[in-house]
Amino acid sequence: MSARDDILGNIRRSLGVKGSETIRKQIVADRLERAPKGVIPKRGQVSGEERIALFKTMVETALATVTEVASPAEVPQSIALFLRNHNLPATLRMGDDPRLKAMPWSETALEIAHGPSEGHDLNAVSHAFGGIAESGTLAMVSGPDNPSTLNFLPDNHIVVVSAKDIAGDYEAVWNRVRFAYGKGTMPRTVNWITGPSRSGDIEQTLLLGAHGPRRLHVVVVRD
Amino acid sequence: MTVHSTSPQFKQNAARALNDSQLQKALGNVKQGFIDKRQAAADKLPEFEALRDAARDIKNHTLEHLDLYLEAYEEKVKASGGHVHFARNADEARDIILRICRDAGAKTVTKGKSMISEEIGINHHLEAKGIRPVETDLGEYIIQLRNELPSHIIAPAVHLNATQVEEDFRRVHTHLDAKRDLSEPVQLLTEARAVLRERFLAADVGITGANFLVAETGTSIIVTNEGNGDLTQILPKTHIVLASIEKLVPTLEDASQLLRVLARSATGQEMSVYTTFSTGPRRSADADGPENYHVVILDNGRSSMLGTSFEEMLRCIRCGACMNHCPVYHAVGGHAYGWVYPGPMGAVLTPSLIGVDKAGHLPNASTFCGRCESVCPVRIPLPKLMRHWREREFERHLTPATVRSGLRLWGFFARRPALYRLATRAAMGALAFAGRQRGRFSWLPMSKGWTKYRDFPAPQGETFQARWKRERQGGRA
Repeated sequence: MSARDDILGNIRRSLGVKGSETIRKQIVADRLERAPKGVIPKRGQVSGEERIALFKTMVETALATVTEVASPAEVPQSIALFLRNHNLPATLRMGDDPRLKAMPWSETALEIAHGPSEGHDLNAVSHAFGGIAESGTLAMVSGPDNPSTLNFLPDNHIVVVSAKDIAGDYEAVWNRVRFAYGKGTMPRTVNWITGPSRSGDIEQTLLLGAHGPRRLHVVVVRD
Repeated sequence: MTVHSTSPQFKQNAARALNDSQLQKALGNVKQGFIDKRQAAADKLPEFEALRDAARDIKNHTLEHLDLYLEAYEEKVKASGGHVHFARNADEARDIILRICRDAGAKTVTKGKSMISEEIGINHHLEAKGIRPVETDLGEYIIQLRNELPSHIIAPAVHLNATQVEEDFRRVHTHLDAKRDLSEPVQLLTEARAVLRERFLAADVGITGANFLVAETGTSIIVTNEGNGDLTQILPKTHIVLASIEKLVPTLEDASQLLRVLARSATGQEMSVYTTFSTGPRRSADADGPENYHVVILDNGRSSMLGTSFEEMLRCIRCGACMNHCPVYHAVGGHAYGWVYPGPMGAVLTPSLIGVDKAGHLPNASTFCGRCESVCPVRIPLPKLMRHWREREFERHLTPATVRSGLRLWGFFARRPALYRLATRAAMGALAFAGRQRGRFSWLPMSKGWTKYRDFPAPQGETFQARWKRERQGGRA
């Protein structure tokens, strides 16, 4: 007997079931189909300005920085200013995201590179799929638009998120993922990012910049 | 064969730990940090207790239908272009992983933190076959340099101080300037980051664990603060996920419920820095990500725990809150437990996985104070399960003869209440009289195990039962 059949057989023996019971199959199929939500904390159940304010507060609680711009056209200047303020070189890597590409980068002195990171970039910008106000979390999806390596290899990661894409809770983001990719289907990687990389492994002292970005900067765009 | 265990020598291990001044200093960090942070996080979320109930119910529901959720999960992984391998035991899991690594022509393998990989001892196996495994979680990297097991499930190097880490880095990173300054923890972190960055970029295969597997989508989830698990899984051509059968949850919503209690219980964070949902290999248009995605699902004795009182242990989400709050763990640290899983969760799980004959001491190393159960995010009744192991140990005559005869003597009196009251009254009276001067004893017959380490307080002369009776009568009057 294969290991697979052996393990499933042993599970069924222990549970005292055959695996063919219609009622059990229905319960499982129903749960997978309906995906019930469970307990949703009230904290994130706010809308409009209140939600964006909560998101920004939680981003900062997670030790990231956040700024806000009135339109996509203001993003390049805002990022250039952030890099300058931190004495960082005027270089920036990004993927093929059409929202980022449409921004007026030529108005800045930034030297732009495209494509995934090979591990030696200082700065990168990604466009988030969404934000989650409850915990100040960014939801990123993989793909040529925003390669996942940009989320982890550069020292300084800048993430642009549209104000309209900031949800109250994780469940609202899953609904959008289902709408975009189809129920039961996912992109290769979804990253939830809450603050910059850190470690407490040496004497339980919190240190930023373990393996991922030392800085995480979020730009909220109003449209 | 799994990792060698020194659990049978728990008493010797514990005695050594109590006399280890470096260890005792490091353990002070556990008591200080984790408890307050968890409490603060729980206090900030009014729904925390309701979420713990939900987390418990999701795990119970999944375990009751585990066969069907595993089948649904397998189908989804295949549909997204991944491979699922089942392993009955550690041997099979190691063979599967070695085969995948060889097929990938792997010379080096990076690893995200995974307790299951410790359980099956994959590192030694790969090394023996000429493949170099590199742990990338900072704590795991440090203990790999020292050839140790983790002493904590989320803070593997919590038993060490910065000076010890500095010595290890100087010993191993010989290509760096011998005169460099490593006096600050941040300098140690920066050095590890630079050394490991090269390893990440050179690795042929990345092995991660999984905090959860999602049946709805065929997704594996890892949670890290460092980002090491992500670099492990997106840079090499092949990503291997190693997970045990009880990691299954039905849907993304269920995973989200559990994630809301995981980080809060573990480190007191609202959410860990990186929560990553991986589904299959990179898509054709993707610019990065692994070309091959394998999931190895390990049983290793867990399916036999279903349907028994130990089924509840399979709810465990490995947050470490039980050990963070355990006075025994605070005193002896994780290595004394002698195998992969320490603290209260280890005291229950280890006898299930390696046998109560080898690990019987672990469930005995508890005062049943109940703090572990009070903080467990999935409400596992850890003290009750430890008591079950004690009963089994007694039934199987694994308890030493002196303990058995002591318990038998106690049992004789306990079944005869009048005699019990008489005997305890006489004993308490005599002890109170003997200790009336100093109020405590530094020596008592047959009590060396206690008095060697601390004084025994002299009783006030009245038994608990007598006082209980008196106060209840007083209360009624």
